[in-house]
Amino acid sequence: MRDKKRSPLASVGLHTTLIVASVVAVFPPLWLLVTSFKPKNDAFTTAPVTHFTLGNYTHVLAETSFLTWFGNSVVVVGVTTVLGVFLAATTGYAVSRFRFPGMRPLMWLLLITQMFPVAVLIVPLYNLLAGLGLLNQPAGLVVTYLTIAVPFCAWMMKGFFDTIPVEIDESGRVDGLNPFGTFWRLVLPLARPGLAVTGFYTFVTAWAEVAYASAFMTGDQNMTLAGGLQTFVSQYNNDWGSMTAAAVIVAVPAALVFAFAQRHLVAGLTAGTTKG
Amino acid sequence: MTTLAPPKSRDDRAARTAPPGRVRRALSTHWYAWTMVAPVVLVIAVIIGYPLVRGLYLSLTDATEANVARDIGMNHIPATYKFVGLDNYTAVLGDNVFWSRLGWTVVWTVACVGITFTLGLTLANLLNRKLKGRTFYRLALILPWAIPAFISVFTWRLLYNEKHGLLNKLLQGGGIDAIPWLNDPTWAKLSVIAVNVWLGVPFMLVALLGGLQSIPGELYEAAEMDGATAWQRFRHITVPSLRSVSSTVILLSTIWTFNMFPVIFLLTRGGPGDATEILVTYAYRLSFVDSPRNFSESAAWGVLILLLLSAVAVVYRRSLRKQGEVW
Repeated sequence: MRDKKRSPLASVGLHTTLIVASVVAVFPPLWLLVTSFKPKNDAFTTAPVTHFTLGNYTHVLAETSFLTWFGNSVVVVGVTTVLGVFLAATTGYAVSRFRFPGMRPLMWLLLITQMFPVAVLIVPLYNLLAGLGLLNQPAGLVVTYLTIAVPFCAWMMKGFFDTIPVEIDESGRVDGLNPFGTFWRLVLPLARPGLAVTGFYTFVTAWAEVAYASAFMTGDQNMTLAGGLQTFVSQYNNDWGSMTAAAVIVAVPAALVFAFAQRHLVAGLTAGTTKG
Repeated sequence: MTTLAPPKSRDDRAARTAPPGRVRRALSTHWYAWTMVAPVVLVIAVIIGYPLVRGLYLSLTDATEANVARDIGMNHIPATYKFVGLDNYTAVLGDNVFWSRLGWTVVWTVACVGITFTLGLTLANLLNRKLKGRTFYRLALILPWAIPAFISVFTWRLLYNEKHGLLNKLLQGGGIDAIPWLNDPTWAKLSVIAVNVWLGVPFMLVALLGGLQSIPGELYEAAEMDGATAWQRFRHITVPSLRSVSSTVILLSTIWTFNMFPVIFLLTRGGPGDATEILVTYAYRLSFVDSPRNFSESAAWGVLILLLLSAVAVVYRRSLRKQGEVW
């Protein structure tokens, strides 16, 4: 960041570029919001709202299984986030602080799980979950999501713990804490920004996952949002109005979690990527 | 990917091959580290290890919907598929479908990562200076990240709709004929790339902005004093300082984009025809959409995808080593 004066022309160019980019970024979600207030038959009109209505919202909330799906999603994603952050933190801490046999293979394992295509796992995983009786159960999805989110989060957490001075651990040891106590009482509170970032990442990953959710969950009762919403607009159904309203409701919690975590995002990702 | 050069790794290696007395000692020094990583290793082993081995095995059989074990009513029908060796692989690799899908997947990955990175870097550079409305721009530009991808994709489908979508309505207003955004092979390809870029820029922007902010300002001041032009400063200070962040985000987004299932599946289902089908969506189609479901061929596709990506990661690690980073 330098103080040098920009020429007026450069200033105009800079702001024009940024305004155009911002409009492109904001417009689709904004249009979704606008459309959700239009009556069903106007979903595709280009005019802004002419007949304001909350009909789409009341229809979605009262006459579809939306609330059931929403509840299912909250349970699955909540458990995934809490467990995921905890697991990523312990793993990241161990990898950052201790030199132990098996550490390098573990780092490789964490990187390689990133590249597992859904396609190679999905059929055997389907069979496995069926064998364990976890098909169509929230627990099955939780475990699956953990394997997607935790490897990357553990990498990020390692980057965070690397930035916390080792002296803090040592002082804890001197005071008679065991390694777990040091981790839990001293280091973890200092890594709060990291926890916020990994929490956000896990939440978004699980909240928006489609492939596993639609393959493993069937029936209205067990469906999560990602799978359920697809039934609004499909071969048999063309209910764009309900779709837009449901989408807005689904986006709200994600946006809230995002707003909470975004302060830490820059610091978090830098620690995770430059060090990781 | 890390700067750590573990000083004690030689002792560790000694511990691994040591006689039983040492095993106990290793256990007593390392048990807490092992305990901390155990849950993750366990979960990965069960949920990824087992399916991987099983997927590998399936890819060597002729399993389809018709011959796997299943229950019809009260009757349990045992599996009747058999081991066929590498037949699936020779069939897949000898078939044009695989190569044309691979070609498009590579184009898709390179285009998406290239455009996303360029845009992310440009915008990060624009934002990394004193500027009115900086916070507003930053929030606006990362908004697409805050919304679950499947919802954004649905929104884009709404905008792209050929008869009623907003994009075509706008073109109509300008007297231009409607564009079949998702119904023409070439347009569909451009459309899916555009959506994926739209989704991916915020991540790049945030990561690169973080990288830019960690470059000391004095470097630029000194360069300016020496009469370096803006381009020279970018070329010789910004680019090298961002190398570590960029290499990580490029590798990650290459992997993610190569396997980007939701965007293509939800936007076009791989269509029209199979114009936008990438390897992952095609493998998914083989085992979950097509009838009869072809589990073995799908698994073979999956294994091939994994091999391709592993090759990418190995090459990447080599290049990191050359830069002196070891782990």
